[in-house]
Amino acid sequence: MSTIFDCRCSEKVGGLFPELDVPAQGVERLIDAAHVRTQPLRLPDLSEPQVARHYTKLSKLNFGVDDGFYPLGSCTMKYNPKLNEAMAVLPGFSGLHPRSDVSRSQGALQLMFELTGFLRGIAGMADVSLQPVAGAHGELAGMFLFKKYFQVRGEHERKRILLPDTAHGTNPASAALAGFSVTEVASDETGRIDLAALDEALDDTVAGIMLTVPNTLGIFESDILQVTEKVHAAGGLCYFDGANLNSYMGKTRPGDMGADVFHFNLHKTMSTPHGGGGPGSGPIAVSDALVDYLPVPRVRLENEQYKLDWNCPHSIGSVHSFYGNFLVAVRAFAYILQLGDVGLREVSENAVLNANYLQQRLKKTYALPYDGLCKHEFVLSGKGLAEGISTLDIAKRLIDYGVHPPTIYFPLTVKEAIMIEPTETESKATLDRFAEIMEIVAREAKENPQLLHDAPVRASVRRLDQTQAAKNPVLKVPLDGE
Amino acid sequence: MGGFFNGLKGEAMAYPTDYRYTKDHEWVQLKGNRARIGITDHAQAELGDIVFVELPAIGTSVNKGDNIATVESVKAVGDVFSPASGKVVGINDALESAPETINSAPHVGGWIVDLEVVDLAGLDDTMDAAAYESFVSGA
Amino acid sequence: MRYIPNTSADRDEMLASIGVSSIEALFADIPESVRSCFRPLGLPPRSEMEVASIVSDMADRNKPTDAVCLLGGGIYDHYVPSVVGNLLSRSEFVTAYTPYQPEISQGTLTAMFEFQTYVCELTGMDIANASMYDGATAMAEAVLMAERIRKRGAVAVPRSLFSHLRRTLDTYCWATDIQIHEMNYLPDGTADWQSLPEQLSAVVVQTPNAFGVIEPLAGLKERIGDALLIVSCNPLSLGLLQPPGAYKADIVVAEGQSLGLAMGYGGPLLGLFAAREEHLRQMPGRIAGRTVDVDGKTGYAMAAQTREQHIRRQRATSNICTNSALCALATTIYLASAGSAGLRQVAKLNLEKAHYLADRITAIDGYELAFAGDFFNEFIVNVPGDATEIHDALVQAGFAVEAPQALQSFGLDRVLRFAVTEKRTKNELDRLTRVLGGSR
Repeated sequence: MSTIFDCRCSEKVGGLFPELDVPAQGVERLIDAAHVRTQPLRLPDLSEPQVARHYTKLSKLNFGVDDGFYPLGSCTMKYNPKLNEAMAVLPGFSGLHPRSDVSRSQGALQLMFELTGFLRGIAGMADVSLQPVAGAHGELAGMFLFKKYFQVRGEHERKRILLPDTAHGTNPASAALAGFSVTEVASDETGRIDLAALDEALDDTVAGIMLTVPNTLGIFESDILQVTEKVHAAGGLCYFDGANLNSYMGKTRPGDMGADVFHFNLHKTMSTPHGGGGPGSGPIAVSDALVDYLPVPRVRLENEQYKLDWNCPHSIGSVHSFYGNFLVAVRAFAYILQLGDVGLREVSENAVLNANYLQQRLKKTYALPYDGLCKHEFVLSGKGLAEGISTLDIAKRLIDYGVHPPTIYFPLTVKEAIMIEPTETESKATLDRFAEIMEIVAREAKENPQLLHDAPVRASVRRLDQTQAAKNPVLKVPLDGE
Repeated sequence: MGGFFNGLKGEAMAYPTDYRYTKDHEWVQLKGNRARIGITDHAQAELGDIVFVELPAIGTSVNKGDNIATVESVKAVGDVFSPASGKVVGINDALESAPETINSAPHVGGWIVDLEVVDLAGLDDTMDAAAYESFVSGA
Repeated sequence: MRYIPNTSADRDEMLASIGVSSIEALFADIPESVRSCFRPLGLPPRSEMEVASIVSDMADRNKPTDAVCLLGGGIYDHYVPSVVGNLLSRSEFVTAYTPYQPEISQGTLTAMFEFQTYVCELTGMDIANASMYDGATAMAEAVLMAERIRKRGAVAVPRSLFSHLRRTLDTYCWATDIQIHEMNYLPDGTADWQSLPEQLSAVVVQTPNAFGVIEPLAGLKERIGDALLIVSCNPLSLGLLQPPGAYKADIVVAEGQSLGLAMGYGGPLLGLFAAREEHLRQMPGRIAGRTVDVDGKTGYAMAAQTREQHIRRQRATSNICTNSALCALATTIYLASAGSAGLRQVAKLNLEKAHYLADRITAIDGYELAFAGDFFNEFIVNVPGDATEIHDALVQAGFAVEAPQALQSFGLDRVLRFAVTEKRTKNELDRLTRVLGGSR
């Protein structure tokens, strides 16, 4: 694939910006020559049609939710309503400067205030901050809250975070970034946290536990109350990774399970788009004990005026430039407003129904290491399907059939994992077709494995040599003279 | 080796009988108090194409169980833990330009670190080749 | 519900195939004692049309376009070419996930690779990642990276850092036990490095700084010993200004909003992150690399992934996963549209217009530039009398200007900060001058 730097430069460029309408003084008169660029920039000067064609071509090499089924486990690739996009580009939102006087940003503050209320209610917790801009960022902010909590209490020895072995990679990374060490807690044979292992790990050096509910196997921690009670009894706090909220939103709440911090992924559960890797939004909800430590500023309503409250002396401070990803919050607000309580419940009910339906059918063809009711996702194993066939082969073959492969090789507790999350926005017909494709691929794996080894053959490129890419990294276009 | 990947059932591999082996899939070749350390054939097969090896500085003192080197493939990272306490007295810096040697010759040319062992008893929990082979096939 | 395609007949059929009698039965594994606590929001479902009306009303209450924007402080009212929004709204970009399957993500990956090239070229650095959340977290992560490399537990930062960058940096450094030494500013508004402590992991500098003043970077790297030099800059200014790489910066970070992003009440933003090649393994964030497929055809894939959380977990260089990919694409398309010529032109427009306004204002009795240092598109003036009154008069007259209290933390009193972009016209600037009592 050629890059924009391969496009031939156009002779006639310009026209984006107007001529200067004030008397020109000249760069050399306005700033010291020492500050002025000495090497001319080497950006291609292109006509607009060249730019439009190039990026339209690139877009066609992508696969989005609008292109087809995207059962990427743990990522909740549901349909992104078009209304959300229309609301986010309203000039009253998109053109608003973050340093605007609050008298000019009452609508934005109201939206943030009301969304905060919605999320508080959905989580069943004491308060919410919209500031974190991604799930991992919410985790980090949550770990900062843990740290603050124990610092205020003088419990400086609480330096350990417990993590089930099924945890997302961001969990240990976030805990470590906040200065905690990580202790893994094994799962039991049903894929749930082993309570005995938890007991063993708990002591007065534990700051808390990071849980994903339901866990990354798609299994609900039925002992969740015992888990959180044990951690609380040991003086620790409970962090809930909200990546899997789509399985119980509108039916039950993390606050009722003993969560102290819960992060939302608005770009998963609340239908805002992923954008090829962001921007997302990762608001955090907290229990009473942590409210005072939430990031600044907070949005308040006083005398019918919304204001930004910077005067929160116990706050951890800020974790982002301003108020988080506001335009993502606009999308999530529109979504929740449209759904209402009934819609929120229907989302999780249909997400769980779709997952169980698919699990029921696919377990006849693929190994299902943890059999039983699943929530919004389930994990198959590609192991033992056919001699010499890996999960990677299966995934690549799915590309040839026009579906996005599931998440693979995660969670780490399942060998050759295939993690499938269909979401509620897919029809039974789509699920049936996907199941059929999975069955065809399984058959091919046994009868004509070369088809899988060679896959994909219908994408714009075939399997890429990632070993060479890692050994001799080429990380930018070599420009003239390089 | 351990931490970042799961053990799979290994195929039959030839493990030198004069080496000792750890549960972390490392081999130790002991000459006097000098131990040459590498990762086993099983470990390299698990990792896949190795693209980078991070080596310690010569002279580094290590305790048993410390991370002394890191071996990376495209999608996995393996820690090499020191099988005993001692001091790093040699490193295989040929691996910096040819990390794939660990894939092609894990038990000889792909050695990683030479350690001057201060406490030979620290190696008591290692296995002989036969025990390691059954450890791997049982994993 | 409009976003759920299954009919009740479908659902019955699916339940039968699963072998349960009701949807409720699928939730039997959630303890009843938990479920019984559930309380709804009390929120009725609404039609799309109703929601559009409610949300539009909220947007209208903000009315940012009613005022002429002279707000800055790190976020600026720049023009976004139509082609950016149009191409950016293609659903193949918008609704795709992180490119974990490179064969069907070549669009995103190629754009990431182009973005990295643009960032390197602008900043004069060897390598760049595919984006951070924003300029503030990019700076914080740069400090954490320097700390991983040097391990001194301390960094120096100038007092003239934008307040939002400093707030975020403070939080990250508090959590990681990194001490921050604050360096005051000189009378000309540039940073005072006189009493720079030794044993630092990094020295951070922002240019132009919170006063709009361009920091002289020549010789700085030489005087900070082996501490890493982290430069935070305004990428639009690099159409004209010498890139940080030319001053031997080790890490360059920036807020990318000025290159094609809406202000959006401060988010989403875009963190740029570039470094010298030798630090690749300590970089945070995703990086795209060029490679070939089994047929030898050029393609792109994520590179150096072993740094990242999904592989290295607690020993990753950062916890970042979702970043600002679509914003990075906006910046890529912006730079593709502008080219060298356009970027230079827009930077010049900013520079000239800001100086025009500064000249007009300082021609009025009692107004003077607070700092003598060179500036780009933002400056601070000392005002005669009560700054708040003058601010209020400007707001009354239809200008969006930052309240003077915002600058008090810098020890500045009776001042106003003005940012002038290519969008401001001579008419607007003359009108502003007249409100202040000037002759134009």
